[in-house]
Amino acid sequence: MSETITVNLKIWRQEGPNTKGSFEKYTQQITTEASFLEMIDLLNEELNNQGLEPVAIESDCREGICGTCGVMINGQAHGPRKATTTCQLHMREFSDGDEIVIEPFRAVSFPVIRDLVVDRSPFDQIIESGGYISVNTGAASDANLTPVPKEAADQAFDAAACIGCGACVAACPNSAAQLFTSAKLAHMASLPQGQAERWKRTESMVGTMEEFFGSCTNHGECHEACPKEINLDFIAFMNRDYMKAKVKNRALSGQR
Amino acid sequence: MAKNNNTVLNSRVPDGSLEEKWENHKFSMKLVNPNNKRKFDVIVVGTGLAGASAAASLGELGYKVKAFTFHDSPRRAHSIAAQGGINAAKNYKNDGDSVYRLFYDTIKGGDYRSREANVHRLAEVSTNIIDQATAQGVPFAREYGGLLDNRSFGGAQVSRTFYARGQTGQQLLLGAYSAMMRQVSAGSVELHTRSELLDVVTKDGRACGIVTRDLLSGEVVAHSAHAVVLATGGYGNVYFLSTNAMMSNVTAAWRAHRRGAFFANPCYTQIHPTCIPASDDFQSKLTLMSESLRNDGRIWVPKAFDDSRVAHEIPENERDYYLETKYPAFGNLVPRDVASRNAKNVVDQGHGVGPLKNGVYLDFSAAIQRDGHSAISAKYGNLFDMYESITGENPYEAPMRIYPAIHYTMGGVWVDYNLMTTIPGLYAIGEANFSDHGANRLGASALMQGLADGYFVLPYTIGDGLADQLGQPAVPTDDPVFTNAVQGIEDETSKWLSINGTRSVDYFHRELGRLVWDHIGMSRNKEGLEKAKSEIAALKEEFFSDVRVLGSADTLNLSLEKAGRVSDFFELAELMAQDALEREESCGGHFREEHQTSEGEAQRDDENFTHVAAWEWKEQNVLQTRHVEELEFENVTLTQRSYK
Repeated sequence: MSETITVNLKIWRQEGPNTKGSFEKYTQQITTEASFLEMIDLLNEELNNQGLEPVAIESDCREGICGTCGVMINGQAHGPRKATTTCQLHMREFSDGDEIVIEPFRAVSFPVIRDLVVDRSPFDQIIESGGYISVNTGAASDANLTPVPKEAADQAFDAAACIGCGACVAACPNSAAQLFTSAKLAHMASLPQGQAERWKRTESMVGTMEEFFGSCTNHGECHEACPKEINLDFIAFMNRDYMKAKVKNRALSGQR
Repeated sequence: MAKNNNTVLNSRVPDGSLEEKWENHKFSMKLVNPNNKRKFDVIVVGTGLAGASAAASLGELGYKVKAFTFHDSPRRAHSIAAQGGINAAKNYKNDGDSVYRLFYDTIKGGDYRSREANVHRLAEVSTNIIDQATAQGVPFAREYGGLLDNRSFGGAQVSRTFYARGQTGQQLLLGAYSAMMRQVSAGSVELHTRSELLDVVTKDGRACGIVTRDLLSGEVVAHSAHAVVLATGGYGNVYFLSTNAMMSNVTAAWRAHRRGAFFANPCYTQIHPTCIPASDDFQSKLTLMSESLRNDGRIWVPKAFDDSRVAHEIPENERDYYLETKYPAFGNLVPRDVASRNAKNVVDQGHGVGPLKNGVYLDFSAAIQRDGHSAISAKYGNLFDMYESITGENPYEAPMRIYPAIHYTMGGVWVDYNLMTTIPGLYAIGEANFSDHGANRLGASALMQGLADGYFVLPYTIGDGLADQLGQPAVPTDDPVFTNAVQGIEDETSKWLSINGTRSVDYFHRELGRLVWDHIGMSRNKEGLEKAKSEIAALKEEFFSDVRVLGSADTLNLSLEKAGRVSDFFELAELMAQDALEREESCGGHFREEHQTSEGEAQRDDENFTHVAAWEWKEQNVLQTRHVEELEFENVTLTQRSYK
């Protein structure tokens, strides 16, 4: 049943990418029915009424699918509830008098833009470097011409469920993006449609990933933080494909 | 009154039989040869299903595309949240589906208020979408034999809906997004993120570019092009509480409207019957639960007024399964608008359930008893989990509580058969236009229309509009039409920051939403609409004099962004009230209480209102001019919908 609680917030405030940030303390009363972001909405409304600038925080769909939201809550990406984005977290997870520390996702390749907002554009650059199957509009054959075993389609879907929120990078002690990159690679490599460019794609996307992000040392924190519970096995899948790609791509160029 | 002969609107529907129109049109349109395409700049605003698919396809053709999104990444667009599926007339199930049947269902579902030719074209290209998406690697659900699976959806008697678990929109969007990123990599699409359109620029009556604001630096920038495409979604957030994403807005469409693009049928808004009811006063948005739940859930309310017992303590004979009683043939599977209005009626009468008495029950206990826990879990597991994570209640044990919410808007920027607005060179695609759903959209048709427009219609029709521009350079951005527009936006931005009133932008948005929901929501009447008009106008005045936007214009400033969007919602809301007032009939999502059958069903007036109402902007606080495009039905006979 709904009750009203008071939480003590420590929120990271930082005016711009090049200014120094610090924690500010706030106290907020809220019903436990409210979502975490509605609690921040309410805080912002009150700050605005007092003539203080609201906390910059991003969210969009508030249904856990667009990947826009995401902050560190008490040191955990997206907060304490497993398989839950920040927007789907509710205040019933907290108790009266709790201290809640709210920070932006921390990673060298995700610079802070303002307060809790970070720049995750390197993810788009990884996709740009090969995260697609090259088929021009109109060039597709009938969809049922190529049967795909249900198991393969299901595995592709499991990988494709990634929402690109960046929690994996934020949770990783090395700020590695292996879970994100491997999810996209495994999605496409599981399907017959993705075979033609498989090896080129793997080498290119891994290369771009390594330009921006740290190395994976198998902590598994990414999977723990992932709101879609993307499987760690995809990283092994990517590593295996990357090795093969190094050989196959060389062989292919040798044939040319 | 409303009906007058229109000379302004030309729908450019081609001649010929229904089946031949698109084929003939494709042949008769002017072409731009491959080498010349690179001489044309095309701006695409919005990177959802329609925008991303259009940008990708135009880039592949060789046009120089600039794509804009106000998100941090194109993949965030709200298309991503669509759950159910996408229709296509593949007839893979051998159950008698055809292009004509999909066309017919869509026309009928839209309550005979859409253009026959557009809807038929939509049905024709629907099959190409599935092929295209599959080739891109969209992981549609498959059967054990490896072929694509289908399911059925409301308003259709065949299985034609392709799906990817409960995340069809996400997977289709990621497909379109990856196709677009491929063109970004190839250099044919230039991507601008965190850039919001704030003005559409015209010269000599033709669209020549846009003005955007960089949401990080605050810089107001002019962009020039030979054609501008708006793919900026619908306006459901005018209600404040809706299933739309927080940032979804009408600004791009509305600013185009203010520059001369007619806005059609703003009163056609769709309510989705199965959303989770609001739980408190600071509720920020509503979450939809897939309509498929109505296949197994039974909808009921307590017969007693203001009953505060928990559901399982209420005996069978004290429950009112109102849909099953009233509509024995369709029962809980009546179309969205019928289910929604009935829920509103029982809640208004005082039978509502839940802490705020603002919902009805959707009960799975009979289905669980019949099919077993595991069967229900296999079908709806992810939805049940989602419900529990939001409400904290377990739907296997207690019935879900649901209530209708605004979900989609059929109205939008008026476009002709080429998807061009009344401003030459300006196009509108996807939910942003008004075109294919008439007064009511069928489930799984939004994804179909967005991708049809972006992949298979606009890339053909845009060439027809560009061919005679060959050799004309784009208008330079130092032309006065651009510098004046940039100045106008800079002035607007400083205006918001200087009002320094007492209340937040969100406060006004929430209050506006309440007015629109109360009077231009699920059912409307003359008195309420008149009241809405005056109250919206009064609140708008208050907004312009009392809003408080803090901070500065040269940093990320979320309240500042929102101030402009809410001001456009105010103007749109006024037009919605006027449009609803003048449409003296009930059709689809527009239910006028004065126009209902003796059984309480929507009563169309085909003699006087078989037309599109397209509004022409005059100036602030001046009544807009209502233009009419008559709808001609040559193939389908208009009938009264009945689901008894």
